[in-house]
Amino acid sequence: MKCRKCGEGAALELRRHNAAFCAPHFTEFLRKQVREAIRQHRMFTPDETVMVAVSGGKDSLALWDVLIEEGYRTVGLYLDLGIFDYSRESREKCEAFAAARGQQLLVESVESAMGAPIPEVQKATRRPTCSACGLSKRYLINRAALTHGFPVVATGHNLDDEAATLFGSVMHWQTEALPRQSPALPSTHPKLVRRVKPLYRLAERETAAYAFLRRIDYIVEECPFAEGATSLAHKEVLNRLEAASPGAKHNFLFGFLERARPAFDRPEAVRLAECAACGQVTTGEVCAFCKLVDQVKRRVAP
Amino acid sequence: MKVILRYPKREVEITGRRRVKDLLRELDVLPETVLVIRGEDLLTGDAVVGDEDVIELRPVISGGRRRP
Repeated sequence: MKCRKCGEGAALELRRHNAAFCAPHFTEFLRKQVREAIRQHRMFTPDETVMVAVSGGKDSLALWDVLIEEGYRTVGLYLDLGIFDYSRESREKCEAFAAARGQQLLVESVESAMGAPIPEVQKATRRPTCSACGLSKRYLINRAALTHGFPVVATGHNLDDEAATLFGSVMHWQTEALPRQSPALPSTHPKLVRRVKPLYRLAERETAAYAFLRRIDYIVEECPFAEGATSLAHKEVLNRLEAASPGAKHNFLFGFLERARPAFDRPEAVRLAECAACGQVTTGEVCAFCKLVDQVKRRVAP
Repeated sequence: MKVILRYPKREVEITGRRRVKDLLRELDVLPETVLVIRGEDLLTGDAVVGDEDVIELRPVISGGRRRP
């Protein structure tokens, strides 16, 4: 198979684009997709410092690498979830990545913020682990960006992540979740930082290939709590569709974003208030994070 | 050839030359879910692999693996 651009041997075939690229031209293709995402959704400008939430996995480190290469000012944020060897190893990957590129890496710990690491938090709540963990991550990432004064947070969500989330929302007709699914969520409150997903145009095989070709040392092993997660079942369904019909995932997500999403926008804005306990943004009196911390405290206390 | 798979990490020995896409089909691996790695290189589906090769099928799906 030959590279579409130069005719040299291809490193990666992209069936949904009916194309194949050699390593240098694939890297160029991927960066172009990120530039297009940033431009189209006005994610951030070169004047802004972007806080990149990194997990040590392929997506977030590939994203950080692209943003550095594109000349953006960035700071990494690693959230230590306290998940045994997985967290230790992923933190080491992030630290090594930042050190090799002379970038600043901030580290926040779930245990110091919540009084217990994620495995203990999970025992204290009836929520599925990924749900409690996701809630904690969204809260702590936003709070860290606010504390340090960064205007925007970038995460490594890719096309597969977004398509799987959309699939899950549609399967349960969670119509309230649909308007929130977007590559860029603007700040709708002074205490809510803008959130963007510059990799949303790229399949996870593409971000993995980029990380491999750039020799980024990322954690290949996955979080031990993710085993059996529903999102994986959704990804598998979508990948079977993709094998039968290249472009299926892209069409599903982009069709939604371009044509269907506006239909689910609700005219009445959700009323945002500040949590009585912590002052962060919530739709109720006390935010979900503080309620979760309270559950953890009651369990941990003798 | 030696084929390295993950989740759980294991190695399988396969004999005979074949194209990567045929290898994936035999192992029931969806092409969209892995990188096919030989040494420092990525292989496309039409690449031919043989007995002397060590091939890693590295999963690309974030969120771990499905419970069997």
